[in-house]
Amino acid sequence: MTALADRSAATDVPFITVRGLGKSFGKQLIYDGFDLDIPRGTFTTVFGPNGCGKSTLINLMSGLIPFDAGTVEIGGKDFRSATIGYVFQNYRDSLFPWLRALENIEYPLKVRGVPRAAQRERVERLLAAFEITLDLKRRTYELSGGQQQLVAILRALIAEPDVLFLDEPFSALDYEMTLYMRDKLQTVFMETGLTTVLVSHDLEEAVYLADRILLLSKRPTRVVEVIPFDLARPRTVEIVGDPQFVATKQHALHLFREEMRR
Amino acid sequence: MSIAQSAPVARDAGVRRPVWPLVRSVLLPLAGPIAFLAVWQAICMAHVVRPVLLPTPFATFSFMFDALLHGTMLEDAFVTLSRVLFAFAIGAVLGIPLGVIFGSNERLYRSVEFLIDFFRSTPASALIPLFILFFGISDFNKVAIAGFGVFSVVVFNSAYGVMNARKSRILAAKVMGASQLQIFRDVMFFESLPQTMVGLRTGISTALVVVVVAEMFIGSDQGLGHRIIEGEQVLQITDMYASIIVAGLIGYALNMLFMIADKRLIHWSGH
Repeated sequence: MTALADRSAATDVPFITVRGLGKSFGKQLIYDGFDLDIPRGTFTTVFGPNGCGKSTLINLMSGLIPFDAGTVEIGGKDFRSATIGYVFQNYRDSLFPWLRALENIEYPLKVRGVPRAAQRERVERLLAAFEITLDLKRRTYELSGGQQQLVAILRALIAEPDVLFLDEPFSALDYEMTLYMRDKLQTVFMETGLTTVLVSHDLEEAVYLADRILLLSKRPTRVVEVIPFDLARPRTVEIVGDPQFVATKQHALHLFREEMRR
Repeated sequence: MSIAQSAPVARDAGVRRPVWPLVRSVLLPLAGPIAFLAVWQAICMAHVVRPVLLPTPFATFSFMFDALLHGTMLEDAFVTLSRVLFAFAIGAVLGIPLGVIFGSNERLYRSVEFLIDFFRSTPASALIPLFILFFGISDFNKVAIAGFGVFSVVVFNSAYGVMNARKSRILAAKVMGASQLQIFRDVMFFESLPQTMVGLRTGISTALVVVVVAEMFIGSDQGLGHRIIEGEQVLQITDMYASIIVAGLIGYALNMLFMIADKRLIHWSGH
């Protein structure tokens, strides 16, 4: 209880602060003077029309692509000095197939010069914490799509990041696996209280996982609305019938369609 | 004969007999070579070609085994093979690092792109006279030309492999906090390996071709190339055919070796 109370108290403090963000690809202006605050320990999902720069937003915040103007601060410091966990949409092209699954997960620790024994121990702890059983001796390409993305998520978590960014992480998985992975991700979030930002093209998923749904507009991108959704966790599939879920989803859909019509 | 007999039986039974996998895996690959030898034998028996120009397969192979076991053929084969491997080593040791350096610096690569494309398109054998001018007709000369041939394909393929490394994995390493050096060592190197292997495989074939040609035309007294041309000139035709076959077997073995190494080393390609 106290932990939960602490977290809600900390919610008011912005953890990720974006100010005056500017980015264009060629002549195409994506972001211009974009501001955003993301509170500590919240799960934010990003939703919006196709090509509005959902993925671009987390790519900019994580330093994957450089921006033209503005500042991004994570935990009060420049984003470049923050530890970032990032899960790519395409696990096949982001995992290292020449390494075993275990070595993939350990890689962020290896980069930081953590001794081998300690690397192994931290992976063990991580697996135990989320009740994940995986044959980590296998090559990544021998695992199923869901297992590969699970490896990618563990790799993103192993270095105890300040924030976790996920770019449509489940869009390449079948529905059954998607449901399982959502629950795993929810468990991770509840256990760690990690500030999480997930880009989704699936409104149901966006609402299901979120504390706050960040609805973006068409280009040049602005925030249409930040929709709060504070249904208690752990949420299960049954909540899709919950009136609050339905209302939130409908509100988001309404705003989305308005935005499409503009 | 056994193929002709077993086929109707299988058809009668209406199901695939267990002998078929054996036929498919052992007999089918042998069909081509056996047909080849049969045609060769038929030409000899029909006296289409004068016997002095084309010995029978049996005469050729028995000469080959005899020359390998009791004559100097094994020594010649060994000399050729060691020249090929030496040339390959030189080309690879110089070519891979240079290719990786070129490939990781786009501007540098653009500035040498024409040279690389030019030299890898120039037949190395065309440079034989040039090399003779510089190195004389020494033993090292043959290795140097072949080494140059290997070098030019290896440089290109290594550079190409590095340049076309998948950006997503490089980005993944970057966001995990890897330094430039770590990205290079842990990601770019592995990303470029499949293409580098293509270069090495082409390189070893090039080396064999160039070494055999060089042995023919740069005064040498050893090696299969020398043996082949001498067989032709003094009309020891059986020796010529046998030497050609041995040269072919060396090429085939090297190719196989590289295919196995490729599968083992780059286990992830195709996934």
